[in-house]
Amino acid sequence: MTKRPAYSNLVKAIRDGHFVFTGELEPKKILDLSEILHSAEEMKKTGKIVAANVTDGPQGDAYMSPLVPSYMVQEKVGMEAVWQVTVRDRNRVALFGDVIAGAVIGLKNILTLTGDHTALGDHKRSRAVYDIDSTQFAEMLSIMIDEGTDYEGNELKGGKIEMNFGCVANPNSDPREPEILKVGRKVERGIDFIQTQTAFDIDQAKEFLKELEQFNVPVLLGLFPLKSHGIAWYFDNYIPGVSVPKDLLKALKKAEKENKGNKPAKYAALDKINIDFFEPFIKEIKKTTKAAGIHCMAVEYERLFEPLLKDFPKYC
Amino acid sequence: MIIAQQKDINEIYEMVKPYNKILITGCDGCCQPPRSLNEAKVLGQLLELKARTEGKELKWKAITVLRQCDDRIAATTTGPLAEDYEAIVSLACGLGVVMLNKVIPSKLTFPAQDSHFGGVQNSGENNYIEYCEECGDCIIGETGGVCPRAGCVKHLSNGPCGGMVEGMCEVGGYTIPCAWVRIWQRLKEFNRLDLFTKYRPPRDFRTSTSPGYIPIYKEYTNEEEKKEEAK
Repeated sequence: MTKRPAYSNLVKAIRDGHFVFTGELEPKKILDLSEILHSAEEMKKTGKIVAANVTDGPQGDAYMSPLVPSYMVQEKVGMEAVWQVTVRDRNRVALFGDVIAGAVIGLKNILTLTGDHTALGDHKRSRAVYDIDSTQFAEMLSIMIDEGTDYEGNELKGGKIEMNFGCVANPNSDPREPEILKVGRKVERGIDFIQTQTAFDIDQAKEFLKELEQFNVPVLLGLFPLKSHGIAWYFDNYIPGVSVPKDLLKALKKAEKENKGNKPAKYAALDKINIDFFEPFIKEIKKTTKAAGIHCMAVEYERLFEPLLKDFPKYC
Repeated sequence: MIIAQQKDINEIYEMVKPYNKILITGCDGCCQPPRSLNEAKVLGQLLELKARTEGKELKWKAITVLRQCDDRIAATTTGPLAEDYEAIVSLACGLGVVMLNKVIPSKLTFPAQDSHFGGVQNSGENNYIEYCEECGDCIIGETGGVCPRAGCVKHLSNGPCGGMVEGMCEVGGYTIPCAWVRIWQRLKEFNRLDLFTKYRPPRDFRTSTSPGYIPIYKEYTNEEEKKEEAK
């Protein structure tokens, strides 16, 4: 673990020994933030979600930049943001500018990501930037936070950046060894936590967490509750390396079919499937691994948190 | 070699439409697939046919040039002929097109090709592929002879992005091998994973900022050559 102070509630909670949960918010192609703020409020109410990721153009799509939504979620809801920043769309000059802007408006967590390539998104003809990679971005953040300069050593005036930052790791990478080696190099660049891509296979997740233990950095295991059969199918088919268990896919399809036209019954059936699958999953991870918590990517599915986490204590 | 693909015939025709007499120049240089005299002739025939469908007579001549990107060769071979034609269509890569425009300023030279990349020919795999993007800062000594700048769609310097499945890249529908997986395999084979885990700081893009420019120094030191020149 780095010696950097815990600036964010997320890192404080981890260092205090809580088994933490984080949620996820996805600004989309929409000018209205009310849904995101509502989701954040619901998460806040549980007292169990310490922070929420705010995504940066997932799948390479052109969505609202996460900087402003991250600020709004903190200001209006009081839910701490984990500001996702990819190196896909901005060069080092723009990244520097964004990071200090984020620091000024009080953001406390950054999640560094490479970012899904624009060739996979809805602006396929655009030019992806990738001036620096996510490892180099981690080094840049370490320099900015710990030394108070930009990457070239020019002094950053007017105060100190008080932020923690993490990196991602993908348990679905195949082969996995180069992924682990890469994470190791990011750890050396001073990250505060690791957040993983989603896992559906408990043995694979445990094995991956075991491999990450060598770095002695807190790890949040990513889980993706499946709000609908459509989302599950999309995930299974379009998200690199992720396969949703066939039984789960079948059960979701059946639940939707059987409760067609009856929204409350359909929601109850879908929620039950998710709870039956993920509740024991989370308990098993908590019991048998050194994971610091769970990053629950229940985007627009905040109603699941309360029943899913009913057996876990409030801590925030 | 420079990998190029011929443009759509309609696009080429639209460029030469205002002219009645054109010179078509193939190139015997490094352009692949080859676009030499025969290809220039075929292009001329196609353009002539296309013009006839519009009731127009297009006159053309096809030639080929040793290397269109060499100013002296381009000027001496194409220059005298160009006088008799209204415009030039070049089947070279972009370099040849620019060079003809430069050495024959009295005519417009149009490109018949889209130049894609400096690449290699893998006959065994039946493809042309970009293995080097000419970045001016070669690091393949550290990466097992595989370039992550040309080979990785995200140009990553410090390992894979994590989106590979069975060693294939997520961009392009898992048909192109992940360069970083290949680098890892190569270095592991030679027990040199120390090179894989080495941190590489951000690139210095000054080495590859366009326009690339390196002066040719002509400081002769050879005494005999100097005497010859003096004569």
